[in-house]
Amino acid sequence: MKILALFAVLLAGGMLLYAGQDLPAFGDQNSPAYQHPMTTRFIEESENETGVYNIVTALLANYRGYDTLGETTVIFTAGMAVILLLRRREL
Amino acid sequence: MSGIQESIIIRTVVRIMVPFIALFALYVIIHGASGPGGGFQGGVIFGAAIILYAMIYGIEDGKKIISDKVNRILSSTGLVLYAGTGLLCMVFGGKFLQYNAVPLFPNPAETAAILMDVVEVGIGITVLAVMVSLFFDISPPETEDDEMFPEEVEQ
Repeated sequence: MKILALFAVLLAGGMLLYAGQDLPAFGDQNSPAYQHPMTTRFIEESENETGVYNIVTALLANYRGYDTLGETTVIFTAGMAVILLLRRREL
Repeated sequence: MSGIQESIIIRTVVRIMVPFIALFALYVIIHGASGPGGGFQGGVIFGAAIILYAMIYGIEDGKKIISDKVNRILSSTGLVLYAGTGLLCMVFGGKFLQYNAVPLFPNPAETAAILMDVVEVGIGITVLAVMVSLFFDISPPETEDDEMFPEEVEQ
């Protein structure tokens, strides 16, 4: 069984290494992520639209506010689930 | 009380460090708009400060800082702060979480930056309360003797 697991790990790792050959180089400005029109749009407009210098925060808290609200809800739900399952004493 | 909790060095260092860790957490939350950081990271750092205190000074002393009841209230307060900011934007005629609809400042971008800080603080409060609550819930009940792993009490 351990041989089988090792084989599975090696197979998955080999596939990842093989697929990794096709990734664009780090910081390559011709890669698809940098060529997309939204990238230029965010870099040029996010400071005027959101008032913060940090584009990552502008995306996280403003453009993708729904997503971050969902993430916070996930953390809250996880905490409540742990309280329901583990709390042994009276509330 | 295990050995590490009796060490005077560790107790003193923790007592000095905890306020600075908490201050750094607030810095990380507020600085999130202009540098690396944000509500998740700052909340975790603040939670770590309280957990560090509770590890050394005991769970009971930790619960004097932030009791179970306060914990439950805080963990939902952060989420309400976030969703409430979104609803506030709807009150002023914008879409949900459309920050620049709120007429707080003449410059809409400035309003958006302020409301994003409010949202980050909300995230931080929720993460802090959930982290501390997880630690308190999975920590074993304290015993009188020095045993690290007390045997199960007969039911």
